[in-house]
Amino acid sequence: MQVDEPVLLPRLSRVAVCGGTHGNELSGVYLVREMLKTEKRKVDGEPASVLMVLSNPRAMQQCSRYVDTDLNRCFTHATLNGPVSEEAPYEIFRARELNALLGPKGSRAAVDLICDLHNTTANMGLSFIAYSDCDWICLHIFRYLQKQMPDTPMRFIHFDVSTKESYSLDSIGKHGFAMEIGPQPHGCVKSNIYTAMKEGVQHMQDWIRCFNSGCVFDGGPVDVFTMVKNVDYPRDGETRSITAAIHPRLQDRDFCLLHPGEPLFQAFSGETIKYKGNEPLYAFFINECAYYEKGIALSLARKKRVTVPSIRVQTDEEERASEQSFASEEEE
Amino acid sequence: MSNGSSNNNNNTARFDAARRVAIFGGTHGNEMSGVTLVNLWMQNSAEIQRKGLEIKPFLTNPKAVEKCVRYVDTDLNRAFTQENLSATGGDELPYEVQRAQEINRMFGPKGSAEAYDVIFDLHNTTSNMGCTLILESSKDAFNLQMMNYIKKAFAPASCLVLLNEHPLLKYSTSRSVAKHPVGMEVGPQPQGVLRSNIFEAMRVILKHALDFISLFNEGMEFPPCTVEVFRVLERMDYPRDANGNIIAMVHPNLQDCDWEPLNPGDPMFQTFDGKSIHYQGSSTVYPTFINEAAYYEKQQAFVTTRRETLAASAIRKA
Repeated sequence: MQVDEPVLLPRLSRVAVCGGTHGNELSGVYLVREMLKTEKRKVDGEPASVLMVLSNPRAMQQCSRYVDTDLNRCFTHATLNGPVSEEAPYEIFRARELNALLGPKGSRAAVDLICDLHNTTANMGLSFIAYSDCDWICLHIFRYLQKQMPDTPMRFIHFDVSTKESYSLDSIGKHGFAMEIGPQPHGCVKSNIYTAMKEGVQHMQDWIRCFNSGCVFDGGPVDVFTMVKNVDYPRDGETRSITAAIHPRLQDRDFCLLHPGEPLFQAFSGETIKYKGNEPLYAFFINECAYYEKGIALSLARKKRVTVPSIRVQTDEEERASEQSFASEEEE
Repeated sequence: MSNGSSNNNNNTARFDAARRVAIFGGTHGNEMSGVTLVNLWMQNSAEIQRKGLEIKPFLTNPKAVEKCVRYVDTDLNRAFTQENLSATGGDELPYEVQRAQEINRMFGPKGSAEAYDVIFDLHNTTSNMGCTLILESSKDAFNLQMMNYIKKAFAPASCLVLLNEHPLLKYSTSRSVAKHPVGMEVGPQPQGVLRSNIFEAMRVILKHALDFISLFNEGMEFPPCTVEVFRVLERMDYPRDANGNIIAMVHPNLQDCDWEPLNPGDPMFQTFDGKSIHYQGSSTVYPTFINEAAYYEKQQAFVTTRRETLAASAIRKA
């Protein structure tokens, strides 16, 4: 086999775009609403079936992140399949509904790809967040967006969480990622952020159409940021209220390389609190509003270069051929 | 005698010394600069102490602060109407109406001689308004002189004055309980977020405000001055469909351009499918509160203002 033979991957027949997983992250809410209004099929290439979903309508109605509990933490196997009482939080029921619609998670019936739309108050530009650093579909979509939207700062973030422990909506699909765009205050829609999200989703749909119709996508390098740890705010020992804010020299500098000894927080007393880690790490999710209650002031990541192979859709014939050869291997 | 009155040939308005001052934080529970400052000062008030002055930091809406929401039942900063303040019903009343009555008892009664002299009400906005002082009356020479002092002390950094005297658009704020209500609005800051630069700016303008009161109480005379203000004209809502849903966003040319001129024909909104909607007014206005998250439900995308110069008479302690 030649080294540069493209990796063959099954077609993406069913794709879902979800907005309003957090009810106050408005770019996704308005974009999905708009897409539901003007649903079109492109004629060139075979149409992919795209499901538009408003994930948490009750939270959207109150314009809050969630009603009882964070929906985007409710998609672990345990939460989806375990016993549930009638008094369980609304989001647990909603997660099960979404799992029935888009999954079931881990089964052959699950949708091929989920793109879950989010906003952040952090200055993160357009970020993909995925559980894998070797899901070639997600990485190729990312590469394609980078090329099509060169003026938009774009990063790929990898949360190294096993399939068993994965907890977010995008983990229901066979492939999935969150498209996180900021900075945007919760409860607000900023036109530049909305437009970036709209373009990102459109380019993703173009890529999928192209992929399904047999295009070969050349491989190449992608920088991946793998989450290492979270850092909480300094807090008062008794009351647990925060006693410092993100340092002005770090505020808005998502994806900068933070070196040991550099400013991290500024205490209300004026004192500078420095980063005391052993290694330089990349900071992101700097001052995300929703993370105060989760005890996260910022997250830290290592960066590495991943080489993405070239890929092409696996035709039906190729799929049959590979199944047959697999079956005959088993016989031997 | 709490109102200014001229009683000498120089038309210097005399006011009683301002002895009782309050600093309100958390009127909106998710506007974090004020919440943080008031919590800090309730623990340790050294920074805000001034001789001869009683300064009380106070969290006006503790339930909203705890939940980190703007309000629990109804907007506290619209709740201080005469109707609400005299309503009966005790525990059955909406939480914020009960709070308004309590605050009126502690710091008012509104309109009476016993009311606090000055209340500073600390707010944040998602709009790019920078540091803004909010004035409720163009005739309050004491407040005008204070704002003039703060602007000069804060310079070269900018601190602008928004005047809301509009009969239909003005509202009954928590600070309106005092003889001299002063709103302090600093942005942009997302709800629920504490930004160090925004927090420090609010801290500094409040320090200048307290310095002014201190100087005034010591007998300093402040000569006549003029103050540039932006007077609220009109509230502009988002374009909506027949069901009341928003169908356009603040245009990228207008986003973050608080206080900059908006001319007839300039882009104002952008629909979700990319079309521009232009300002149809007959003259240039100065928009502010552009894209404040809390105002989506109040049908307000921004307010228009016009620039005016107000004259304030000299003032001195009575």
